[in-house]
Amino acid sequence: MSLKRPAKDQPDSFEFNSSSLEAANKIISKYPKGKQQSAVMALLYIAQKQNDNWIPLVAMKYIAKLLDMPYIKVYEVATFYSMFNLSPVGKYFIQVCTTTPCMIRGAGKLVEACKEKISENESELLPGKNCSWMEVECLGACVTAPMMQINDDYYEDLDKEKTLEILDKILKDEKPKPGSYRGRINNEPENGRKTLMELKNA
Amino acid sequence: MLKDQDRIFKNLYNDLGSDLTSAQKRGDWVNTKEITEKGRDWIINEIKDSQLRGRGGAGFPTGLKWSFAPKEVGSRPHYLVINGDESEPGTCKDRDILRFEPHKLIEGCLIASYAIQAHVCYIYIRGEYFVDGQKLQAAIDEAYEKKLIGKNAAGTGWDLDIYIHYGAGAYICGEETALLESIEGNKGQPRLKPPFPALIGLYGCPTIINNVETIAVVPTILRRSGKWFASLGREKNTGTKIFCISGNVNNPCNVEEEMNIPLKELIEVHAGGVIGGWDNLQAVIPGGSSMPLIPKEKCETLTMDFDSLVAEKSGLGTAGVVVINKDQDIIKCMARIARFYKHESCGQCTPCREGSGWMWRMLERMAKGEASKDEIEMLGDVTKQIEGHTICAFGEGSSWPVQGLLRHFKDEIKKRNNFDPIVKETQNIPYLVDQHLLDKNA
Repeated sequence: MSLKRPAKDQPDSFEFNSSSLEAANKIISKYPKGKQQSAVMALLYIAQKQNDNWIPLVAMKYIAKLLDMPYIKVYEVATFYSMFNLSPVGKYFIQVCTTTPCMIRGAGKLVEACKEKISENESELLPGKNCSWMEVECLGACVTAPMMQINDDYYEDLDKEKTLEILDKILKDEKPKPGSYRGRINNEPENGRKTLMELKNA
Repeated sequence: MLKDQDRIFKNLYNDLGSDLTSAQKRGDWVNTKEITEKGRDWIINEIKDSQLRGRGGAGFPTGLKWSFAPKEVGSRPHYLVINGDESEPGTCKDRDILRFEPHKLIEGCLIASYAIQAHVCYIYIRGEYFVDGQKLQAAIDEAYEKKLIGKNAAGTGWDLDIYIHYGAGAYICGEETALLESIEGNKGQPRLKPPFPALIGLYGCPTIINNVETIAVVPTILRRSGKWFASLGREKNTGTKIFCISGNVNNPCNVEEEMNIPLKELIEVHAGGVIGGWDNLQAVIPGGSSMPLIPKEKCETLTMDFDSLVAEKSGLGTAGVVVINKDQDIIKCMARIARFYKHESCGQCTPCREGSGWMWRMLERMAKGEASKDEIEMLGDVTKQIEGHTICAFGEGSSWPVQGLLRHFKDEIKKRNNFDPIVKETQNIPYLVDQHLLDKNA
């Protein structure tokens, strides 16, 4: 189990803006009548997006009221799932996968790069920086390991230099191009592909 | 090697585009109406004949699972839930289906929903795959627009709505009952079985849960017949499977191959061989991190299917092949996997919540050579006390890889951790002292 604590400094109020509210209502309509509680995870995502990548406690209270469910149940969900950030992480949130398939292809170097560029410790948002990083468990892109995720996008086939380049761009508030950084197309073998050759050459 | 015309996922590498027009060129949505007109029993029997086994890890026969759904719809509606919470380390096959072959999945959803009489289908995708989920959403919107799903879907007379539900980074939600809890808006903690979801599942209604890959191969099986699918592979381990080959190989890749393919062919032909040559191979995890590793000697002749891997005390799981060469520290690799399980335990059952942390800490010490001789046996003991004592299969998933390490690399651990217990039993020591520190021979 992982331990998650809400941030010490909490805002006093939170409300969905009109576009968030519209998205929330659309999601609630996906579920049967009376089962609006199913939308809680999606609504937490919306709150997270609206509030610079993290969810304050007042947002959980707001969502609980909106979905007509106890606040503690929203709190439970928000603390259980690892993708809900309960304290500020910055505009860019960098997650480096270090589980075994990435580890044996050198994910440690990516962590080194993050330590050099961003902060010595993980989950640490330094004043004046727009990003923080953390080690996470398998992100499901093992074939293109080592890799990391920045907000919604995957950056794959990395090494230390390329990670440093990406982090430089992030620190300058530019969005780097997602995908493979060895020019590979999706999950095909880089050289010596043996299957579906007719389609490739067509 | 499997012939290209027998590959189901022709767009695995996105050579052709994932939009509806290109998908139709590949044969998707061509005669969906005729397939459903043959009736529910025909569909389920054809899937039974194909001997398709679930691609999510457990390998349960799909046709049999569908036949568990009640024959008549009672007061409660039926649901179809697709499990796309792919989080098993070493596995990244469903992601390619979601982003490059979404129409195979959507058509499969329609046929499966028809067979089990569901009007609503939820596709549960792990939260990290948000971008890939958006691609699937675009395909779903396209299918709605062309009236392939929705009211009277694809002219079949069946109404079907498909919704995507995103997870939020919990491995355990890949367990089917935890997944249902998650859709209902709760913590993802597995339920006791029975009752099985086929009778009491999502919102207490009959629910069939299948993996993304399982559902995506269904339309092709029905088009080309169950017999064709059963002719690939071998008895009870039929058809094709997407293998993900990662780790210390020259060309890590996803590839669709026939079941029962030799592991050596998979690594040498498709993945360009082990880094440093075949002799540099140390061990292979054959089916995602929860399956026990296989040492090099056995990799020479091993074939990849459900039953032959069970005979080697491992399993095919999700077919995520992680190759580990001799440059890696095998104990460290397993310690990292143990840390993964420690992080992902949902905390519901004590043996798993506490035991996964014990295993991780012991393995970390063993990797550094800081454990005492007795602890090696003790680690084995801990795995046995987790396995089989938990609500869901996470207990097995976390203890099997450690057991695999102990089975095949015990000598390596012993070599590194050879110092004696710290506390010598010179006097009567109260029971409260940590037992593993005691010298049992004194």
